This record gives sequence, structure tokens and C-alpha cells, in this order.
Amino acid sequence: MKGMSSIVKKTTQLLSGMIFLYGIYIITHGHLTPGGGFAGGTIIAASLIILVLAFGSDELTMVKRKEGSSVTESLAILAFLLFASLALIIGTNIFFHNYLPEGIIGNLISAGVIPLYNILVGIEVAAALFTIILAFIIYKEEISK
Amino acid sequence: MSWLITLFVILPLAAAFLIPVIGKLIKGFQKTITSVVFLFLTVLSLFFLFDGNTEVYSYKIGGWEPVNGVPIAIYFVIDGLTIFMLSIINLIGFFSAFYAISYIRRFTAENNFYTLLCLMVGGMNGVVMTGDLFNLFVFLEIAVIASYALVAFGVEKHELEASFKYQVLGGIASLLILFGIGLIYWKTKTLNIADVSDILKYSNDRSFLLFTQIILIAGFGLKAAMIPFHAWLPDAHSSAPSPISAMLSGVLIKAIGIYCIIRLFFNMFIINHEISLVFIILGSLSMVLGVFLAVGQWDIKRLLAYHSISQMGYVIIGVGIGMMILVNNGNKSVAALAITGGLFHLINHAVFKSLLFLNAGAIEYKTGTRNLKELGGLFAYMPVTYSTSLGASMAISGIPPFNGFFSKLLIIIAAIKGRFYLVAFLAVIVSIITLASFMKFQKFSFFNKSSITEKPKINEVPFPMCFSMIVLAILCLGLSLLIFPGVRETVLTPVVDILMNTTDYSSAIKDI
Repeated sequence: MKGMSSIVKKTTQLLSGMIFLYGIYIITHGHLTPGGGFAGGTIIAASLIILVLAFGSDELTMVKRKEGSSVTESLAILAFLLFASLALIIGTNIFFHNYLPEGIIGNLISAGVIPLYNILVGIEVAAALFTIILAFIIYKEEISK
Repeated sequence: MSWLITLFVILPLAAAFLIPVIGKLIKGFQKTITSVVFLFLTVLSLFFLFDGNTEVYSYKIGGWEPVNGVPIAIYFVIDGLTIFMLSIINLIGFFSAFYAISYIRRFTAENNFYTLLCLMVGGMNGVVMTGDLFNLFVFLEIAVIASYALVAFGVEKHELEASFKYQVLGGIASLLILFGIGLIYWKTKTLNIADVSDILKYSNDRSFLLFTQIILIAGFGLKAAMIPFHAWLPDAHSSAPSPISAMLSGVLIKAIGIYCIIRLFFNMFIINHEISLVFIILGSLSMVLGVFLAVGQWDIKRLLAYHSISQMGYVIIGVGIGMMILVNNGNKSVAALAITGGLFHLINHAVFKSLLFLNAGAIEYKTGTRNLKELGGLFAYMPVTYSTSLGASMAISGIPPFNGFFSKLLIIIAAIKGRFYLVAFLAVIVSIITLASFMKFQKFSFFNKSSITEKPKINEVPFPMCFSMIVLAILCLGLSLLIFPGVRETVLTPVVDILMNTTDYSSAIKDI
């Protein structure tokens, strides 16, 4: 896939970092403000997707990237499942039990395991959306050949 | 038992996401782990089935206790019906996964196949265990979205078309179900099935209840492929790879269609005359039209798919008659007989229909065609496939001593005792036409010597496929034992009790 004009490239370079940071903000404040893992993950995926669209890439690199993001996605879900089932082993015997100390309400580090779940969901959603978009682009390349 | 029940969701999901990571590094990992996980879950569910504990048990996810008697956690509910369904799902899942070890070798993306299969089983386990309406919807979507992808797994033209059709109709069904759940939530302000049932008991808004019930019948009826909603089933079930056809036809339409209908309409809504009449009519329609559509088919898997619609009709009739008698305060033992017949036919159909689809897969694996007109004379070359499919054909046509005979007999006796003479007559006629169409299947695929000379060398299928087919064929005979006193009390009676005493479910959960 070919890239776009240099104006688009420059703007994307300036913006994508900020979008990425905003996504991280939404994810880490998931237990305090509206948003959370899913919304933040979508924003992070968007910052990656505009980079791919603006700069273009050859098919082989994209296939490699797609495999990488697919593995990341699986690992994030596995970690999520591990955190959820850890409660079964830690002694409470309750699936999805919040076993970490809950802290002071309103602090960034509070609410026990929930921020960790949010971060993992964020990684999962970002990787999944990125994989889907890459799959579409690769399919289009294959069709046009 | 307590926390062990969460393994039914954890293990398939863990296996599903381990496969894309480790499956790339270690050869054969995907096959091994899928079979091992399903075998373990089968053993676990059979252990729960036979441990003699018939109490309703609920497990609160996250450990949230009820506040002022209102349940706020997501509940996993374990009762007779749930354990019964879990055993069916994991048993058939194990045999399909084991069969797939040889069958799926000719496809390229083995990792994706096993991932989706694990997701589908995990979703179905969740659907039958959950006691929360929205959670039910989420698990249902996990199961059906995995099945959309599996139907299109061969990526041929007709497979993609079937998958697209399935997606469109399945999407409409999901929308209707979500709408129905939304209506219930709006009216009762709760999603817990037991709590909803408690509130609806004192509700007298009749038109709202009927509207919601009809929306839900349409939604789950589309998933269960009852006759006005059946258009997707023949395409989807015949296009999927054979182990998946066995899962779809043997388990999926029951776990997310029939099970949800039974659970919601017996244990959540108050049973009423109109809805039971709708069930009997829909069941009779599915039974009669399904078999007439099936008998003219020449594609083996299409023929079997239409028979799924027809046989599901028997289950719905059994349950519907039981419900009707309960509403009219009729003879309780007849109602119990009808429901027993329906549920017994459900497990029987799961076994013999999966076996028939595996047989069809074996024939296709060796000959490369599913068209009955091109087949013939296979009985000498494929003795295992031939003998197991003969057993399954006799079971589905209701020939004693196979299991299908006993469940059909129970339904017909219950229909006559409950004075549904027309339904009983139709059930007998449909059984005869079923026999006719399976005689056609046997004749054109295994006998019919005309085409025997031109066949290239065909031999028996590999061991994993043979093993699955043989064990399922033994089960076809062995499940007849469920009808005898002693075994019936441990397996079928707890299930029927849950449905007969419709309010016990909610009171048992609210008390804990």
C-alpha cells in the first residue's frame, strides 16, 4: 500500500503520539472517570491505524505485524483470565474476586484489581482492532494484485 | 463442587487463547489440548451428574452478596437441567474434537479451527450455567459468532454464502433477544432470572408479558430453527466442516435455542395457555414440514440438517404438551411423562445426529462427494462407517432397542394420555417418513452396487474418526438404559422436577 502526501504524513506524526497518550489516559482512569479499557483501547488502535494509512507499508511487513498483534491479543486475554482465576487459588475460592487492597476512593491507584483488568482489556482491544484493520488492508492488496 | 463449576468457562477460554500463542511453536499442541480439555470437562460433568446431589446450587461471581434480598452479583446456577446440558455439550464436543484430529488435517488453518471450537464450547457452557439474563446474551454471542466463522471455514463460495445468510438471520435473532431482555429489564429493574421470576409473579400487565414472550420466542426460535424461522439451518449445517456440523446440529441449536426457551418459559415467566399452544403448534409444524423437506434431498448433509428441524419438533412438542397439562391442572404424571420424553429425545438426538454428521463427514473424507446419486456400494470398503451409520439411522427412525424409539414412545404415549390425538398421529407418521428417508440414505450410500466398479480404492477412515463414531454408536444403544428405573431417577428425574415445580428455581436461589 502506498503512503499519502507529505502534509498528511507530517500531521499524522504530530498527532498520533498525542492520541496514543490520550488512549492511555482513558485506560488508566477507567475506574475513576467514564471510559475504560474498551474505549481507551479503541483510541490507541486508532493512533496506530492512522500511522499505517498515512505512511503505507508493503504487504510482507503488514503480515508480520498482523501476526504480532494477534499474539499480543491472545496474551492479553490470557493474562486477564489468569488474574481472574488467581482468586480461585489465593484462598478466597471466588472467581473474579477483588483480592488486592482497595485503597482510597478517588486515587489513581485504588479499586484493587480493576485497573489491571482495564489495562489488559485496553491492550486486547487495541491489538484486536489493529489486527482487523490490517487483515482488511492485506485482503485488499491481495485482491488488487 | 463450589468453584469447580467455573472451570467449565475458564478452561475452554484458556485453551482457545493458548492455541494461537503456543500452537505456533509446538506442533500438534492444538489437537492435544482441545481433546484433553473437553475430556476433562466431560468427566467433571458426568461426575456432577451422578453424584446424587439434586439441590439447586448458585455461585456468585466476584463474591457480591445480595443487598436487601436483591441479588447484585452475576450468578452461575447449577441444577439438574444445567448439569444435563453440560454433559451433552462437553461429551459431543470431545468426540467432535477427537474426530477433527484426522478430518481437519486437509485444511490449512488448524489453529484457528481449534480456537473457534473452544470458544464455541466455552460460550455454550456459559449459556447453560448463567443465571443472569444479560450474561446469557453475552455467552450466546460468543458461541454464535464463533459458529459463524466455523461455518465459513472452508472459504468456498457456497460456504461463505451460507455463513452470510446465517449471520444475517442470527443477527436478527440476537437483536430480538436483546430487545426482549431490555423490555424485561425496563419493567422489573433486574436481570437475575430468579429475581425477575419473583417480580413477574405479582405483575398483572398481561399485554406486556405476552409481547415480551413472543419477541423472545421469535429470537430463540431463530436460534433453535423452528419451522417459520428455519431458513438458515440447512445451508449453514451442510456447509460447515463435518465435526462442526455435528456440534451445530447436535448441541448448538439445543444449548442456545431449546435450553433458553425451556429455562425462560418454565422458570422465569409464569406458564400460560397461549404460549404452550404456540409451542405445540410450532413443534408440530417443525416436525411435519421438516421431514417432508428432508425426504427429497440428495445431499447427505442437507438431508440430515432438515431432519434436525424435524427432530427438534419432537422435543418442543414434548415440552409444550407438558406445559399445557400443567397450566390446565391436568394429570401431573402425564405432564412429567411428556417433559421426560422431550428431554430424553434431546439427549438422544444430540448423540445420533452428531454420529450421522460424523458418518457423512467420513464418506465425504474418502469419496470427496456428498451427493447420494454419485455414491454407492461403500459397505464393503468402509465397514465401521457403515455399521455405525446403520445404528444411528435406526435410532433416529425409532426402531427398538435404540434410544430414539424410547423417547418417541414416551412422547406419543404422553400425547395420547393428554388427549392430543392429532399430535400423536402426526408423530407416528413423521417417524415413518423418517424411516423412509434413512432407508434412502442407507441404500444410496452403502448398497446400490451399480457404481461399485468405477470406484477407486477406498478404505476405512483413520483411527480418531473411527473411535468417535464407534463410541457414539455404542451410546446410541446405551442411552436406552436411561428409561429404566434406577438410572432414570439419577439422570432424568432431577431435570424434570426443576421444570415441573416451576417456582422452585427462583425460591431456591433467593434463599441461598
